[in-house]
Amino acid sequence: MINASFRPAADLFSEWNRLQSMLDQVFRPAERSSIRGLTGSSFPVINVGTTPESIEVMALAPGLEPDSLQLSVDRGLLVIAGERGSQVPPPGDSTSVYAQERFAGAFRRVVSLPEDADAAKVNATYRDGILRVSVAKRESSRPRRIEVG
Amino acid sequence: MDSNIQTRGRQADVQQRPQEEPDRNMPFVVPPVDVFEDESGITLLADLPGVSRERLGVRVDGDSLFIEATAAATGPDNMELVYGEAQVASYRRQFTLSRELDTARIEAALKDGVLRLTIPKLEEAKPRRIEVRVG
Repeated sequence: MINASFRPAADLFSEWNRLQSMLDQVFRPAERSSIRGLTGSSFPVINVGTTPESIEVMALAPGLEPDSLQLSVDRGLLVIAGERGSQVPPPGDSTSVYAQERFAGAFRRVVSLPEDADAAKVNATYRDGILRVSVAKRESSRPRRIEVG
Repeated sequence: MDSNIQTRGRQADVQQRPQEEPDRNMPFVVPPVDVFEDESGITLLADLPGVSRERLGVRVDGDSLFIEATAAATGPDNMELVYGEAQVASYRRQFTLSRELDTARIEAALKDGVLRLTIPKLEEAKPRRIEVRVG
């Protein structure tokens, strides 16, 4: 019987290389992505959807003060910026910190809006930690029924 | 998913699904947390965007603390998702509590998608000064 703990070293390295390439597959950035969609510091996380009337941008940004949020639309770019302070007290004599995984600091995310977006009609709401920005589409680009006379 | 609440580090990111979960094939997100402790107890903050009070479950079973939540769908019904960084609406995380914590008096507050759990220590476990007598 071959004892698995005494395999030759070369085998061990091949195992290691296999593991490495597996991790590369998982953590390698996507080969093709939108130029503003790179997920370097991805807070808040963003979903974008469309309806016939509007473009909906949803930013998962829990725990923000609404006045610390800055939203702007400029030349077809929607910019969501703001800051989220850390709620973890500095470790001291009587305080120990065990986990600090939540994002803290300033953030800025940019979404490029499609050409038919109407920058004059933007609506934003913040509820349960999700910022929803609704940008209307221009009337002329909306689908419409054409009557046959 | 299961980690000791007082363990330093990020082991909790490793998704280890508990055996007893009935729907363990359902995808879920392990929410990021902050955990800190002072003399009165442990405070846990968890990011649960899109979760309202009715869709959040916090329960203690033995020495395990479970946080389970579902995010509500946002946006109009006829919306078509064109780009999605977050497509899983279910959150789950589990912690092992230690004996000196008072699980009967855990307080939970949810505001703007952030859950704040306050887990007090049992009275007898709170630090106290021990008098040193000169003999």
